[in-house]
Amino acid sequence: MGKEKTEFNMTCPLPIDRYPNVLLAHGAGGVLMNDLIEKIFLAAFDAQGDGERHDGAVFSVDRGKLAFSTDSYVVSPIEFPGGTIGTLAVNGTVNDLAMCGAKPLFLSAGMILEEGLPMETLWRVVRSMKEAADAAGVRVVTGDTKVVDRGKGDGIYINTSGVGVVAAGREIAPRRVRPGDAVLLSGDIGRHGMAIMAVREGLEFESPIESDCAPLASLVGSLLGTGADVHCMRDLTRGGLASALVEIADTSDTTIRIDESAVPVPGEVRGACEMLGLDPFYVANEGRMIVFVPAKDAGIALRAMHACRSGAGSVRIGTVCEKESRRVLVKNALGTERVVDMISGEQLPRIC
Amino acid sequence: MKHIDEYRDGNRAKRFAAAIRSITTRPWTIMEICGGQTHSIVRFGIDELLPDEITLVHGPGCPVCVTPIELIDQALVIAARKDVIFCSFGDMLRVPGSTDDLQRVRADGGDVRLVYSPMDALRLARENPGREVVFFAVGFETTAPANAMSVFRAKQEGITNYSILVSHVLVPPAMEAILSSPSNRVQGFLAAGHVCAVMGFEEYIPLAKKYEVPVVVTGFEPLDLLNGIYLVVKQLEEGRCEVENAYSRAVRRRGNEQARDLVTRVFRVVHRKWRGVGEIDRSGLGLRDEYESFDAARKFDVDDLTAEESIECVSGLILQGLKKPDQCDAFGGTCTPEHPLGATMVSAEGACSAYYRYRRERKRTGDG
Repeated sequence: MGKEKTEFNMTCPLPIDRYPNVLLAHGAGGVLMNDLIEKIFLAAFDAQGDGERHDGAVFSVDRGKLAFSTDSYVVSPIEFPGGTIGTLAVNGTVNDLAMCGAKPLFLSAGMILEEGLPMETLWRVVRSMKEAADAAGVRVVTGDTKVVDRGKGDGIYINTSGVGVVAAGREIAPRRVRPGDAVLLSGDIGRHGMAIMAVREGLEFESPIESDCAPLASLVGSLLGTGADVHCMRDLTRGGLASALVEIADTSDTTIRIDESAVPVPGEVRGACEMLGLDPFYVANEGRMIVFVPAKDAGIALRAMHACRSGAGSVRIGTVCEKESRRVLVKNALGTERVVDMISGEQLPRIC
Repeated sequence: MKHIDEYRDGNRAKRFAAAIRSITTRPWTIMEICGGQTHSIVRFGIDELLPDEITLVHGPGCPVCVTPIELIDQALVIAARKDVIFCSFGDMLRVPGSTDDLQRVRADGGDVRLVYSPMDALRLARENPGREVVFFAVGFETTAPANAMSVFRAKQEGITNYSILVSHVLVPPAMEAILSSPSNRVQGFLAAGHVCAVMGFEEYIPLAKKYEVPVVVTGFEPLDLLNGIYLVVKQLEEGRCEVENAYSRAVRRRGNEQARDLVTRVFRVVHRKWRGVGEIDRSGLGLRDEYESFDAARKFDVDDLTAEESIECVSGLILQGLKKPDQCDAFGGTCTPEHPLGATMVSAEGACSAYYRYRRERKRTGDG
């Protein structure tokens, strides 16, 4: 079948004059769907150019344990400063695998497209997925496309699943977190959530806030390469830093103490949060993680993280303590402590 | 960050706290009016820096919390209508009415939108001439000017598909209600800085005189609050009861006169019911007759709707400073942000929500 290799290029390979928008027929299994798969998806993801089409992908892996993760992405707007839903879909699953200590290898991509979606937009999203996959060193090896009626989707929904290999003998999990562990954070917080909110709500800032969306696999690779005894890692996503800390404190049956002044929050994120009555600790991130290592290993861990672009702003933000009646305590500039807990539902902007 | 960090400086806060300690000789009970102040106090642990003699009680200044339950019910009825785009500030969405909240109405197909300003709602009305756009106009004097502006503009532009569901309340009558209650224990007030930025502080002078209480106009950052508390304690210790302005970077004696004029032009003073507290004479704002056609309660014929409040919820006592959230049996048990009994648990400025968010203890597990 279609052996002719399609060049990967910047312009949308489906002729716009014929199909400027996604049609229901693009998901119907016929000629149009074949066109879409070949000219968009294979063009982007079939690096080998073998064009082999099968019901699934078969591949060999190194010795070790397999890590497997899945996530669905429904962000609106589809494109935002610093990324697209495609970048999120690749980086999100790559990061989940990396947090298990795995080297991410292969991804699947399930796309649910809304009838009428501009083909150009789809191409930009697919291209951003390809770029993110290349940057993270993973391959998208299998996929699926469905088209839903106009009005029944939000442009594009993407599900990605991924597998990665965990080196033998490595164990990275919340249950390994111990009192005395240092808590490290890989950079500033809150940029993704505020970038999305700014676009969605039409908020303007002097300098636009860019999402922090980034793959963490190479950062994790260099961190693990130092030989530091990494007990646990967690990427910060929807619930922000606060929710990640609370989850870890809960699972590891400890109390985590954080020094608020050590947590980097970009000025524009802080400003926007102050204005809207939001707490940056709960704002979403897509390229940040927290790391738990024994205090003695904090120095080498931080040095390794600083050497990577996505970890250049890494800092120590706190310490794990013996279990107390409160899970996560944050010391503020005044020297008093407040509880940080899971948020109920979404953060809503206040009245005045 | 400029204009924030300098008001959160730890060393200066300690010096303020020490100054307060050095002048305090007796127990004093001080009320902060505004829910924004309550949240700052609890979040930054300001009360923990104070000497034991000083008790801070949290006041009624949370607009979401005092909006009466029947008004929420009216909002729910209007928001569920197919022809309506219902616009609200974010923190009203979770406030429980008799049976539902706006989030549930939205899930059931109501077109409920979160906006940042009534002017956004007015823009929606302009863009959707075939639909009715209703803005939930809650708030104290702080939000009144913008709400007045939206109606004023709508009238000027001849926009007829815009209306507001008004639940405006006023601070001074609430203070008077607290002070004249036989169970009152408040001896001094931190007046709400942002209300005063609009209204000025002349209204408080007769109150301070009549009830012999110091009133200090206070901001929202930790050092603002400590400074306000210091000035109230100083007055109390010296036997003075004056109105002082400790938030001069935002507040002038007569406030923002343009904003006040607009408010008076569009609204008139009316009796209002406060959730958990009851009706207070001349304590709210309603639309003047010439703006009657912008009154959503009349337009959609819901102004007769009445409702009873939960008897389990003690938010009325909390809003009057008679109880603290953690003294309520339901707190954190049958009343949580997910299943609130009253608005104080879900509002961004509610006292119960502040205690739940910043002070709650870990749930006890079975094996203890």
